[in-house]
Amino acid sequence: MSEWRFWFAKQRGTLLAIAIFLVMFTIYSANHPAGFSANVVQTAANKGVLLAFVAMAQSLVVITSGIDLSVGMIFTLTNCLASAIVLGSPLSTGLGVVAVLAVGALCGAINGLIVIFGRLQPIVATIATGAVYFGLALALRTTPGGSVNETLADALTGRLFDFLPASLVTLVAVVLVVWIPFSRSVTGRAAYAVGSSEPAAYMSGVPIRRAKFMAYTLSGLLAGIGGLFLTFFTYTGDAAYASGNTYTLFSIAAVVLGGVSLFGGSGSAIGAIFGALAFRTIGDLLFVFDFDPLWQPLFQGVVLLLAVCLGAFGLLRVRNRLEWFG
Amino acid sequence: MAGISKRYGGVRALEQADLIVAPGRIHAILGENGAGKSTLIKVMAGVVAPDEGTMKLDGREVVFASPAAANQAGVVCIFQELSLIPDLSVADNIAISSPPTRMGLIDRRRQRRIAEDALARAGAENIHPSALIKDLPLSRRQMVEIAKALARRPRILILDEATSALTAADVAKVFVVLKRLRAEGLALLYISHRMHEIAELADECSVFRNGRKVATYEAGTKSDNEVVEMMIGREYVHAFPPKPAAVPSVGVPVLEASGLSWTDRLRDISLSVRAGEIVGLGGLDGQGQRELLLALFGVLRGRGGEIRVDGAPERISSPTEAKSGKIGMALIPEDRKTEGLMLPMTVRENLTFASLDRISRRGFIDRDVETKLIDDMIALLAIKTNGPDIAVGSLSGGNQQKVVIAKWLMNQPRIILLNDPTRGIDVGTKQEIYQLLRKLADEGAAILFYSTDYDELIGCCDRVLVLYDGAIKKELAGAEITEKALIASALNIESMETPKLKAARA
Repeated sequence: MSEWRFWFAKQRGTLLAIAIFLVMFTIYSANHPAGFSANVVQTAANKGVLLAFVAMAQSLVVITSGIDLSVGMIFTLTNCLASAIVLGSPLSTGLGVVAVLAVGALCGAINGLIVIFGRLQPIVATIATGAVYFGLALALRTTPGGSVNETLADALTGRLFDFLPASLVTLVAVVLVVWIPFSRSVTGRAAYAVGSSEPAAYMSGVPIRRAKFMAYTLSGLLAGIGGLFLTFFTYTGDAAYASGNTYTLFSIAAVVLGGVSLFGGSGSAIGAIFGALAFRTIGDLLFVFDFDPLWQPLFQGVVLLLAVCLGAFGLLRVRNRLEWFG
Repeated sequence: MAGISKRYGGVRALEQADLIVAPGRIHAILGENGAGKSTLIKVMAGVVAPDEGTMKLDGREVVFASPAAANQAGVVCIFQELSLIPDLSVADNIAISSPPTRMGLIDRRRQRRIAEDALARAGAENIHPSALIKDLPLSRRQMVEIAKALARRPRILILDEATSALTAADVAKVFVVLKRLRAEGLALLYISHRMHEIAELADECSVFRNGRKVATYEAGTKSDNEVVEMMIGREYVHAFPPKPAAVPSVGVPVLEASGLSWTDRLRDISLSVRAGEIVGLGGLDGQGQRELLLALFGVLRGRGGEIRVDGAPERISSPTEAKSGKIGMALIPEDRKTEGLMLPMTVRENLTFASLDRISRRGFIDRDVETKLIDDMIALLAIKTNGPDIAVGSLSGGNQQKVVIAKWLMNQPRIILLNDPTRGIDVGTKQEIYQLLRKLADEGAAILFYSTDYDELIGCCDRVLVLYDGAIKKELAGAEITEKALIASALNIESMETPKLKAARA
C-alpha cells in the first residue's frame, strides 16, 4: 500500500498529463462526426507524434535542468536532409534514414559538448547552435522541395492491421528502445541526479559529464526522428524558420504540461509525450466545435495556463510558506 | 598525510599538515572553524587538490583526482553539506555511485536489498527505501547519508559534523554503528564540535589551529579545558556571560503567544518573553521548535491561536510584516546556507537585505549610509572578512553565521528568534554569540533561543521551555535548568513512568 503511495508521488506529473490528455481526447472523439474510429485516431496520432518526438527530445535535456532551444532547428535540419537522401532502393533509403538520425544525434552531441566543456549556459549555447543548424537547413533547401521514399513514408504514416496507426506504434517503439533503457540505466539515473542537485551528484561520484552528454545526444536523435517523420508526412523538405521556432516553444509547453519540472530532476519523457498529445488535441477540439482556426493560438495559451495552474494546485495546500520556494 | 598545504587566493587554509590514521581506531579532529579541518578532509576525499605534500594509503603514495577516485580507493566521506539528491528515492541515493545493474540497466530489486541492508547497518530500518529524499526531515536525511557511506564498504570513513542534525536517540544508534565499524578494522576520522561526543567515541585526537596541526594525543589524557585552550590558543575563561538576577515580571511582555497550533506539529503553545529575557527552547530535535519559530515569524499558514506584541494582538502573516517597525521581529534561521545568506553575493549585499528600507531613499540605495552601517556591524560582531565586497560564501562558517546575525541586528529588532544559531560553528565564535545575546537582552531585546546543545540552554537562558511532540512539556527557570531536568523532560520520562505507577497502585 505505502509502496503505491511513493510510486504515485513520484509519477504525479506524468499521471496528471495522461489524465488531461484522456479527458480532452474523449471530448474530442465524442463530438467528432465520425466518432471514435480508426480514421480519427490515425489522423490524431499523425498530428500528435511530431510534437511528441520533439517534446521527448526537450524533456531529456530539461531533466538535467538544462533547456534545448535548438530542438526545433534540428527537427527542421533533419527534415531538409531527409528530403534529399531518404530515397531510392531499400538499401539507399535505409542508409539515408541512418544518416539522418546520425546527423540529429550529432547536432545534439555538439550541444552537449558545448554545454559540458564550454561551460556555457544551455539556453545561450542552444540558441547559437540552433541558428547554425537552421543555416545548414537553409543551405540544403533554399526553397521547399525534395522528395522521399513514398513506400516507406506511407507505411509509417498508415495503419497496421487496419486499426493501429503506424506512427503511434513507432512512437511506442522509440519509448521502449530509447527512453525506457535510458531512464533505467546508470546514465539516466545520473541525469536525474544532475538535474536535482549537481553539487550533490558530483560529491557522490556520479558520472555527470556522461549523463549530460547522453541527454543532449539522445535529444538530438529524438528531434531527428521527428524531422524524419515530418518528411514522411509532407513528402518534402522545408527550411521554415517559423515552424522550427514554433516546435521549440511548443516542446517546452508540452514538457511543462507533461509534468517535467523546468528546475530539473523530476518528470519523464512519457509525461512529455502526453503533454504534446494534449497540446495538439486543443486544435482538434476547436475543429469539432466549429470554432474559427484563428482562435487556436489563443486557446492553446489558455489551456496551457490552466494546465500549469492545475499542476501548481499543490501550492495552495502548502502550509509552510518556505516550501513555495523549494 | 605529510606536509599538506593548500592556499585559497591569499588565504592559507592548510599549512604543512601531517596526519596518521590507523585502522581500528577512531581519530577525532578538533579545531575552530577556519582551522583547516574542512580543507584537510576535502583533500583526503579528492574534492580539492593540495598545493604541496603527499598522501599515502597502505604505504603507497596516492593522488585522488575526484571524490569518485577517493571512493574507489576506499576513502568515503560524509560531508557537512549533505550530498543527497533531493528528487531521488532513498534507495536510489544509497546506491548512487555504483548502482547494481543487469544487462546495463539498474537492477531495482537488488538495489532495494542493498539499501535495506545499508539502512539496517546504520540502524535506520525505519526509513522507507522508496521515500523521496526531499520529503524527509533533516535528521532522517543525515541517517540516509550515513547508510549511503556504509553501502560503499569504506576502509577509511570520514564523518564531518555528521551528527549535527541528529536527535539524541539517533546519535546513540550511530555511535553503536561506529564502534562496530571500529571493531571491524575500519579507520574512522571524526569531526565534531560536540566535546562530549568526542570524549565518548575517540581513541585519539588531533587539534588544528590556523591551518596547522597543534597536537595529537591519546583520548582522555587532556582535560576539556586544555583541549579548548589548544583550539583557541588563548586562556579559556567563562564560556557564558553571567546571567542577571531574575527579570522582574512586571509590565506587559514584549512577545506573548497563547494557544498556538499548526497542523499536528504545534499543540496549544502559550509562552511569553519579556524585554531583557533570554528564553530557551529545549527538547529533542524535531519536536516542533522550528515550526514554533516559523509560526511566530509569519511563515506558516493556517496557524491557530493568538500572538501579542506589547499586549496588542498581531496577525503576522509574512516575514515582511514580522520585521516591520511595529513588530520588530528577527529570525536567525536554521540553515544559513539556504535561508540565511545569498552565498555568491557580497558581504555588503547580504548585510543589508533585511533592512533595505532603512538605507534607501525613494527606492534607491544610499551607498554612504549603507557603508557606514556595514562598517559598524562588521566591527560590532568582529566579522573576519577582507572587506565588505567579497562573496559571503568565501568566509568560514562561523563568520557566515555572524553575517546572518548582523543582517538582522541592522534592522534593530526588539524580538529575536534564533533557531540553533551555533550549529557547526567553532567554540570562539560560539562564545562571542553568547556574549552578544546577553548584551542585546540587557539592552532590552526579548530573545527566544532554540538550541540542540543543552550546555547552551543551561549557560545562556533565564528560562527554558522544553517541547515534546509539539507541546510545551515543561518550563524550567533559573537553577532548575540542569542537564538532568532538560533530558528528563525532553524524553518525556515522567509520562512514561505514569502507567507503571498506575499499575503499581492497582
